[in-house]
Amino acid sequence: MERPAAWINGIGIICAQDTSGPGFLSEIKENTTDFLSVINPDYKQFINPIAGRRMSRLIKMGITSARMALLDAQCEMPDAIITGTGLGSVEDTEKLLAEITADQNILNPTPFIQSTYNTISSQVAINLKCNNYNSTYVHRAFSFESALQDGLMQIEDGSAENILAGGIDEMTLIHLNIIRRLKHWKTEPVSNLALLEYNTPGALAGEGAAFFVAGSERNQNTYCAIRRVRTLYKPESIVACTDWINNTLQDAGILPGDIDLVILGYNGDREFDDIYNTVYSELFPGKPAAWFKHLSGEYYTAMGVALWLGANILKRQVIPAGVRFNDIAVSSIRNIVIYNQYRNEGHSLILLSSE
Amino acid sequence: MEELINKLKKEVIEQLNLEDITVDDIDADSPLFGEGLGLDSIDALELIVLLEKNYGLKIEDPKDGKKIFHSIRTMAEYITEHQKA
Amino acid sequence: MPRRVFVTGLGLISGIGKDLHENITSLLEQRSGIGKIRYLATHLRDEIPVSEVKFSNEELFRLAGIEPAEGYSRNALLGMIAAGEAFRHAGLNAMPGARTGLISATTVGGMDKCELYYNDFLTNDNRNIYIETYDCADSTQKIADQLGIRDYITTISTACSSAANAILLGARMIRLGYLDRVIAGGTESLTKFHLNGFNALKILDKEACKPFDARRNGITLGEGAAYIVIEAEDFAMKGGRELYAELIGYGNACEAFHQTASSPDGNGAFLAMKKALTMSGLEPGQIDYINAHGTGTDNNDLSEGIAIERLFGDAIPRVSSTKPITGHTTSAAGSTEAILSILCLTNNMILPNLNFEHQMPELHFSPVRELITDIKVSHVMSNSFGFGGNDTSLIFKKAGG
Repeated sequence: MERPAAWINGIGIICAQDTSGPGFLSEIKENTTDFLSVINPDYKQFINPIAGRRMSRLIKMGITSARMALLDAQCEMPDAIITGTGLGSVEDTEKLLAEITADQNILNPTPFIQSTYNTISSQVAINLKCNNYNSTYVHRAFSFESALQDGLMQIEDGSAENILAGGIDEMTLIHLNIIRRLKHWKTEPVSNLALLEYNTPGALAGEGAAFFVAGSERNQNTYCAIRRVRTLYKPESIVACTDWINNTLQDAGILPGDIDLVILGYNGDREFDDIYNTVYSELFPGKPAAWFKHLSGEYYTAMGVALWLGANILKRQVIPAGVRFNDIAVSSIRNIVIYNQYRNEGHSLILLSSE
Repeated sequence: MEELINKLKKEVIEQLNLEDITVDDIDADSPLFGEGLGLDSIDALELIVLLEKNYGLKIEDPKDGKKIFHSIRTMAEYITEHQKA
Repeated sequence: MPRRVFVTGLGLISGIGKDLHENITSLLEQRSGIGKIRYLATHLRDEIPVSEVKFSNEELFRLAGIEPAEGYSRNALLGMIAAGEAFRHAGLNAMPGARTGLISATTVGGMDKCELYYNDFLTNDNRNIYIETYDCADSTQKIADQLGIRDYITTISTACSSAANAILLGARMIRLGYLDRVIAGGTESLTKFHLNGFNALKILDKEACKPFDARRNGITLGEGAAYIVIEAEDFAMKGGRELYAELIGYGNACEAFHQTASSPDGNGAFLAMKKALTMSGLEPGQIDYINAHGTGTDNNDLSEGIAIERLFGDAIPRVSSTKPITGHTTSAAGSTEAILSILCLTNNMILPNLNFEHQMPELHFSPVRELITDIKVSHVMSNSFGFGGNDTSLIFKKAGG
């Protein structure tokens, strides 16, 4: 077996489910409002109030989950801090747009600074006084994956031993209603637990933040090995997509038959969910499957939740009942494939192993 | 002047999002920057916006801000002096 | 052994030219693109000079080789023009069989249209197409789709160092063998959003910027797009094409000081330059020219100047900021200035730091004031330092030298 790309040694997550205690999704919260919003932790525990007063919720989420991941990994200073966000600070951007469209000639500087996409990576670094590599990716459903890939490549080429990479996006009601015009989201509130029963177009919107510390070495807190992170842009056909998945696994020395669990990004959008059915039946028939977007809702960096889920499953050797997609039994879980696609435009895959 | 000082305190708290601070916590003569409230250069810019939006007074050069924003009282004095015109 | 990375194509649209050739002509004539705002409808029109690309959106469609249509931001058009030029310049359409990536950078994305139509987004369905083009990914995808690039695409947004980081990532992916060729760079069009935003920070000069001048007053914004094609050595050697430069060093460091200011001793800049230098294997004295970030703000120029002195000691190379020529093109600055630095290598010249008059008392060096030609240039360093402390430095070497 080849040497793994890296080890996931720490995770910090803020999402719509309770992830604070030692339990592992013993209960999935039902949500019937317009979108799934996160359970906000007590940010004051992680952020100095003087610095925090000018931070939007997105930035508080980002800094807090980043710090949580570092604490979890017992990593004081990462060699790289990399963030992926599809939309950045929606709240700050909305403030500014409201001022501009009202022909206000006087803009507030704070939301302008906070609306720049790299502000999260930057403020995490300021918080830690970390002068090391720092970057931010903003490319829809590739944002988080790009951040992760960048970090893993630095471990691979020896420029880093420990990296901090995360994905974060927020949702506001204003933004939700704008995107509803495109019919990307459900036009009416739905229940996240019954999400796949509606058979209507549009996904259930959500938000969240998830940061990960990946390292070149294991430690006592290690969750799993992260073997591959790959993205695929606008495949010409579903066959191109399944070929890509097959090739990625093959490249990692894994056969589809070696996969113990497939985690899929079903989001309730009738227009695109069928892709998951095809991928599953073509490549992983008869395999245990799980899904995650009923936990978090759909957003560009939702793969962070899937990675949190997969990493915890491997560490705990337990698949929570609430994420099961089928009832196929599994004894020991060694290899997990996470596959996601956003409107058949951005496909991504993460391969995890227990060693 | 006292009424303006009180008003300013409330506006500063709101503009700078000083959530845990009340009007009574701010002394009219204490420095706003450096110690105490720990305001910084971004806050100085926000105060420039406050003066323009709420009082119609434009400060072109942020360096002038140092004197004007020294304390709530100096802000109030500046406003009183320039609004008369 | 990591693969060597060569530059095989350049594409540039800026305030001084619609393509590489026009830009070179303007540079040799020492012209600046800075002037009164002509195309952007803003109340700051008569107050703040900028370096606009001297074409309307209708004209940009023509330059991009597409029929005018809804759903194209100015950003996307600029990007398509420059990336297309770089692609053709490198002869990529005739060279199949290579894994090709597109790494683009932008911060404003489709904001030029969004700020016009935001009320529509809130109240009606008339402008829905522009909702989809608002984000940073849109221009990248439009470029990728026009050029047929599929193997890897992503978008970076680290303020003023974005495009430099795009080049850095592309080089890393080539060195590690994930890609054979990358079109890397950035695009940024002027918008009311960031023009007013920078104005709110009170760092815009009311006259053309004068970097490193003791009496400097701030930034002059610009717009444009710039892309370079970088290839792994074995691919770069195919087809008998011209090699413009070799990318031999890069460094990314974070200032981690304050969101909008650099530390007084220029720590982030120092570390980024040092990393690049270490990777290149060069001694400081071997750098012939630094294309500085040099924005014209009190803070950057002091901080960068001190960092240069700290790193280069007695061997400070010739330094200039070309922002008085192109304006500060923010997310396109890193690649615009990489191209300008590469042109110094290929044309054996040093570009001037226009508008400089008064020596900064804190620094021992002053920038180059006039264009220098017929001078041997073998190694150049290009600096891009962004808000939020994202600092990146690139080092290029003359190809075949």
